[in-house]
Amino acid sequence: MDISQQLLQYIVSGLSTGAIYALIGLGFAIIYNSTGIINFAQGEFVMLGAVLTLSFISALQLPLLLAVPLAIAATTVIGVIFERLTIRPLKNATPLSLVIITIGVSILLRGIVMLLWGKDTRALPAFSGNDPLSIAGATILPQHLWIFALTGLVIIANKLYFYYSISGKAMRACSFNRRAASLVGIDVKRMVLFSFMISAALGSMAGIIVAPLTMTAYDVGIMLGLKGFCAAIIGGMSSGLGTVIGGLILGTLESLGAGLISSGYKDAIAFIILLLLLFIRPQGLFKKGETERV
Amino acid sequence: MLEIRGITQRFGGLTALEDVSFAIEKGLIKGIIGPNGAGKTTLFNIVSGIYPPTAGSILLESRNISHLPTERRAALGMVRTFQNIELFGQMTVLENVMVGLHVRSRSGILSCSLKLPGHLAEERWIREKAMYWLEFTGISELADIRASSLPFGKGRLLETARAMALEPGILLMDEPAAGLNSRETAELAVLIRKIRDLGVTIVLVEHDMELVMDICDSIVVLNLGKTLAEGTPREIQENQKVISAYLGEG
Amino acid sequence: MVKFLILTAVVLLAPLLFTGGYLMNVLVFVGINTMLAVGLNLLLGFAGQISLGHAAFFGLGAYGSGILTATYAVNPWLAMLLSAGAVALLAFLVGFPILKLKGHYLAMATLGLGIIVYIVFNETVDLTGGPSGLSGIPNLSFWKLTFDNDFKNYYLIWGFTLLIMLLSINLVNSRIGRALRAIHDSEVAARVMGVNARLLKVQVFTLSALISAVAGSLYAHTMTFISPASFGFHFSIELVTMVIIGGLGSIYGSLLGAVLLTLLPELLRAFQDYDIIVYGLLLISMTMFMPGGLVKGIPAGIALLLPGRRRRGEHA
Repeated sequence: MDISQQLLQYIVSGLSTGAIYALIGLGFAIIYNSTGIINFAQGEFVMLGAVLTLSFISALQLPLLLAVPLAIAATTVIGVIFERLTIRPLKNATPLSLVIITIGVSILLRGIVMLLWGKDTRALPAFSGNDPLSIAGATILPQHLWIFALTGLVIIANKLYFYYSISGKAMRACSFNRRAASLVGIDVKRMVLFSFMISAALGSMAGIIVAPLTMTAYDVGIMLGLKGFCAAIIGGMSSGLGTVIGGLILGTLESLGAGLISSGYKDAIAFIILLLLLFIRPQGLFKKGETERV
Repeated sequence: MLEIRGITQRFGGLTALEDVSFAIEKGLIKGIIGPNGAGKTTLFNIVSGIYPPTAGSILLESRNISHLPTERRAALGMVRTFQNIELFGQMTVLENVMVGLHVRSRSGILSCSLKLPGHLAEERWIREKAMYWLEFTGISELADIRASSLPFGKGRLLETARAMALEPGILLMDEPAAGLNSRETAELAVLIRKIRDLGVTIVLVEHDMELVMDICDSIVVLNLGKTLAEGTPREIQENQKVISAYLGEG
Repeated sequence: MVKFLILTAVVLLAPLLFTGGYLMNVLVFVGINTMLAVGLNLLLGFAGQISLGHAAFFGLGAYGSGILTATYAVNPWLAMLLSAGAVALLAFLVGFPILKLKGHYLAMATLGLGIIVYIVFNETVDLTGGPSGLSGIPNLSFWKLTFDNDFKNYYLIWGFTLLIMLLSINLVNSRIGRALRAIHDSEVAARVMGVNARLLKVQVFTLSALISAVAGSLYAHTMTFISPASFGFHFSIELVTMVIIGGLGSIYGSLLGAVLLTLLPELLRAFQDYDIIVYGLLLISMTMFMPGGLVKGIPAGIALLLPGRRRRGEHA
């Protein structure tokens, strides 16, 4: 392969990883925008999607087609339980408490999975086979296409939901001003619940769709979660296109860095980007700076 | 003592203050009044250094402090109290006032952790001074109570004691009478005069007209971000523009 | 003061009661974890700044000492000084940009920092030995006395631990401690009172990192072998759990938290895989039901049973 073909390869695989980061990042952004909480357990939703699908296939002998939606539903239910038990009761929690609690939940979920499923990594079967396709000289697996398709669908669904449906607009209202939203009759608590449900569903989808490529284990949530967060930061915590672009940028940079510089430091790239952004431009690449009202 | 010159403040598209200028004479009590939204708290925030002005300058004893961070203004003898009282809730009443003495004391990390003699002597001095200011405001019996459990009126007094511990040249008070009943307000007036008698210059943002007219030597009226009038309480009471600004607002 | 003297007495006499060698080894770890927890508490509990990457400073101190002594045969005490100094400098420089962040963003940034350091430990194989670790680290010695067994290490470690606890207690009850707590309660009011919040936060961050680095050096010399696995995200969370369980803003609380969390895995030997679950549950339940930690929770529980006790403000 010549250098331009190699570059293209890196970019393609970077974009597909980036799409995953985008999906995870959207999960962070949606919860943050309606509650102001950064859900440290978001990565665990991703992990649960894949792990649950695997267990439905092996333990219940379900076909992939049934296991996937069931896993997404199950993860969503877990998201609901999480919100009900730990987030809803806390009214005046300090940011520190919220951070600690979501970390606690993430650890708990990880621990339970480790106990029940063990520590091995396992692969999910690819959705439509493993025969690579060749597009413009770069090799793409069918699974990559699934990822792009899903991300595209999610972007469209996102836009439709948040901008054209009543409950979506209500959620956006909550993100701008909770008190005002509740004053006009929006049930803020229900919006918070919805945001957790959507984020859990998105997270689990991301986990399921990437598992055939990268395998899954009880601890994949940490890294994926952090990188998804990074994508959301780049996008300025937007519940839409900003975070998606953020994810794509992150995935591509990571892939190029790993390919051209060093693969051992691949994970470090994402965090260096994260730190640089937080230091220099915490509002992300796309938002203008805001002034605070005292 | 304090000069406000041409202060303009814009937040994005909103102009909160426009070319506000007036002076505060040393040793007097100055009141800033105006209808809601006039920009009084914004002005206070700029003067106390919470954020810098978009344009204009603040001069303290002829020294331009417009871009000096808040903590440096404290070292120059400027202190402020807050409308919603910002106490250190987890600390005791006495400890709150002791923080007021932070700028007047010096022990650093090394000296404090090793409990060097200089530090010990300073601690004693800080404690004595803090007790003095608690007595000055009349809440010395509450010294060991957790600040967060104080009733609002006592909390106000604590915030004042803490501010005085800094031994300021100028004290900025943001709506000190807010949330106080008439007895507490009368006591507040006595306290403010007591502070003025120590030689401290006082600036009040206030809505309670009775209090303002009673204790202020001079008053500035703001409306919609601009200075409307300036003068003695009597002059302000008789000023047509002021009357219509308040009445016209409904 | 009395509390501290009692503690010192207990620490000095404890080995005479426990002759089992294994327990000595565990108590050495309790000492190291206490140092780490106290250092973290200054930042987390008193100044109110979240750090999810403190294992990084611990590791940097350990590797600094380890590499200087094992590979370059530098005198261990000098190596500890250099290592701690370097970590402190790094923390000071990183502190300024990182502590401008608040809440979640600070948590994520410190988390990211911790992971970057962990990756560096794993990747710089020539220097650190990579995932297989670094061995051949010499024991510390003082004149004729070499600290080469658990009994001697116990006294060495706890000597440092008690010293650090004492210095921290002094600091917390002083002008600086009050300024820190003020920043935690209301940063804007603290600044109005003249506290240079930005600088103080960085100073505490640096101090906390320094303590962790010293603990790391001591760890390296007592273990004589270190590997990146001990300095990852998991341990950073463990440290935060210790501080929270014991009680944010209580030095003795950090001791309690360290004791509990170091002994817990030993007690749960048979249930080894449950430890993560237990941490998770502890974090959640402590934050929701007992935010003051055990140090406040136990006395509060007792106070509920005893009639007529007035609340006093007390620290450390």
